[in-house]
Amino acid sequence: MHRFRPLRGSLLAVAFFAAFAVACASSSTSTVSAGGGTPTTAAAYPMTVDAANGKVTLVAMPTHIVSMSPTATEMLFAIGAGDQVVAADSYSDYPADAPTTKLSAYEPNAEAIANYQPDLVVYASDPGDLQSSLDKLKIPAISEPAATTLDDVYTQIEQLGEVTGHSDEAAAQVSALESKVQSVVDEVGDAGKGTTYYYELDDTYYSVTSDTFIGAVLGELGLKNIADQAKGASSGYPQLSAEYIVQADPDLILLADTKCCGQDAEKVAKRPGWSDLSAVKNGGVVELDDDVASRWGPRIADLLQQVGDAVQAQAPSSG
Amino acid sequence: MKHASRLEGTHLVGGPSRPSAARARRRAARWTLIGLVTLFVAVVIGLFAGAVRISPLGIIGWMLGGGSLTEQQKAIVAELRLPRVLLAGLVGAALSVSGCAYQAAFRNPLADPYLLGSAAGAGLGATIVIVLGVADAPLALPAAAFLGALGGVGLAYAMASTKAAGRTSTSLLLGGVAVASFLTALQTYVQQRNTDDLRAVYAFILGRLGTSGWHEVWLALPWVALACAVLLASRRLLEVLSLGDLEAASLGAHVARDRAIVVIAASLATAAAVAVAGLIGFVGLIVPHAVRMATGASNRLVVGLSILFGAAFLILCDVLARTVVAPGELPIGVITALIGAPFFALVLRRSGGAR
Repeated sequence: MHRFRPLRGSLLAVAFFAAFAVACASSSTSTVSAGGGTPTTAAAYPMTVDAANGKVTLVAMPTHIVSMSPTATEMLFAIGAGDQVVAADSYSDYPADAPTTKLSAYEPNAEAIANYQPDLVVYASDPGDLQSSLDKLKIPAISEPAATTLDDVYTQIEQLGEVTGHSDEAAAQVSALESKVQSVVDEVGDAGKGTTYYYELDDTYYSVTSDTFIGAVLGELGLKNIADQAKGASSGYPQLSAEYIVQADPDLILLADTKCCGQDAEKVAKRPGWSDLSAVKNGGVVELDDDVASRWGPRIADLLQQVGDAVQAQAPSSG
Repeated sequence: MKHASRLEGTHLVGGPSRPSAARARRRAARWTLIGLVTLFVAVVIGLFAGAVRISPLGIIGWMLGGGSLTEQQKAIVAELRLPRVLLAGLVGAALSVSGCAYQAAFRNPLADPYLLGSAAGAGLGATIVIVLGVADAPLALPAAAFLGALGGVGLAYAMASTKAAGRTSTSLLLGGVAVASFLTALQTYVQQRNTDDLRAVYAFILGRLGTSGWHEVWLALPWVALACAVLLASRRLLEVLSLGDLEAASLGAHVARDRAIVVIAASLATAAAVAVAGLIGFVGLIVPHAVRMATGASNRLVVGLSILFGAAFLILCDVLARTVVAPGELPIGVITALIGAPFFALVLRRSGGAR
């Protein structure tokens, strides 16, 4: 229980935003084939893989997976391993047939997880003793932590494919993603260079630098991030001053706070001092899906497409 | 500040005896002048400093109706910087004057909006409103913060004023700590039960000075002005109350009624500040003490000076919050604590612990 002291609150909040940015998620709908069917690859079990949390050994193909990561849930379904997932954490709301439960990924409880008698647990972050508790219960667990590059995403999809016996689908998924990213990059072409953007995490102007995963993904298009000026200020998630945003006058305002904070182009236009910004006047305010933006799953390519389209729409006016 | 002029006319006739009423009056005038100048300087610095460099001459020119500012610079100064400076001033004044009032009314040097549970109450009220999803309704947030603030102080006071508790200032302190812990626990519980709103609650606690505009200024101004006016008008009362209940009663004060007026006004100021700026610690505790120690003045003068110096202090803290890591922002609560605590230690040393 924390005392309601502002200093403590401030630090908590800073930590919270960092965690929020990598682990956040809430509710969503969209398209991507939901998983099903039996494994296509003749995988050899027992199997040992090198994961972020060390060597993980599986005696047999997992058929009772508990996913404690919304991103992992999306990946598992995308590679056809959805049928093997028996439970997913409370934020795993995509795809629609994911077996969402009340399990909390923020405060994971090993006993509650064990209740589903899993033969594999996938998690993205271990805020305490999740791994050691699962070790004691002899439940194999694999960590797929927040990605920092698109390559991390591909590696995680391939690794989940390997352990679930869906290597072929995983490889196909990765190459589909790669070609989608490449096609957006090609479409945008040189229009991306010289286009500046402000990426908004919440309505108090927390943003991301290019050092973060989403910053790196947008960097693929050659865009320039106005928050990079504040790199020294924090670990990739600085809170920007309104004055600075107005002065920087970015070509694009990317709202990753449409769900958390109910922001949209109309509300942005009404903010004090924002009405004359180029992005506001030229339709450069892009309403993203918070969940897609904060995960590092297969839908990241769709988000890139959405931003790519906006860059192209802006291109004539931004020279 | 608009009430500053009232202070200059302060008459010390009828108060407890002084070595020299004329000398005291001169001292009051001198400190009021220093307070006004400090506040003016703080406002000027606040207007000139920011994440974006804008020529001070340009700003002065713009204020005089001409000038060479671009449209963008005008928007930054007029719609972002000016309201933010004014709001910081209002919040600083509100927190300081309420701290001063609580300290006098409860005769406790440690009394401040945090210790007495009023800030925790305001936080709980605001959290409930956010969780219920009605935070956007007009006045819902300030009203809930006000009720929470009043409830917090009321509980602490009720706890401490039972016969068994002995009605001492120590029991008030203990009551306040217990109430603050309880309300914070409730607030945490409500917040954890609604993790989807966690972000909104944190954003609220951290304050919205960084995203504020004229809307917030107009929201806070009437309540802060009202509370300041009531407390300024009650400054003789505060001095009497600070003597102790028996002494106050012997001087003809209606102790319970007078204290209630002061506490309600102080809670109103706290709630208005919390509603627009979140929870900003240290200001309510240190500003009145610093003023008291630096000036050696009685509560009568400290009320007004707390308004002036509290406003100046928070404006300057906010300048640091928006320039130190520019173009990033620092939470202002970090600044008030980092600057406030050592500054307080300095004042404490220099005054030789006279209080």
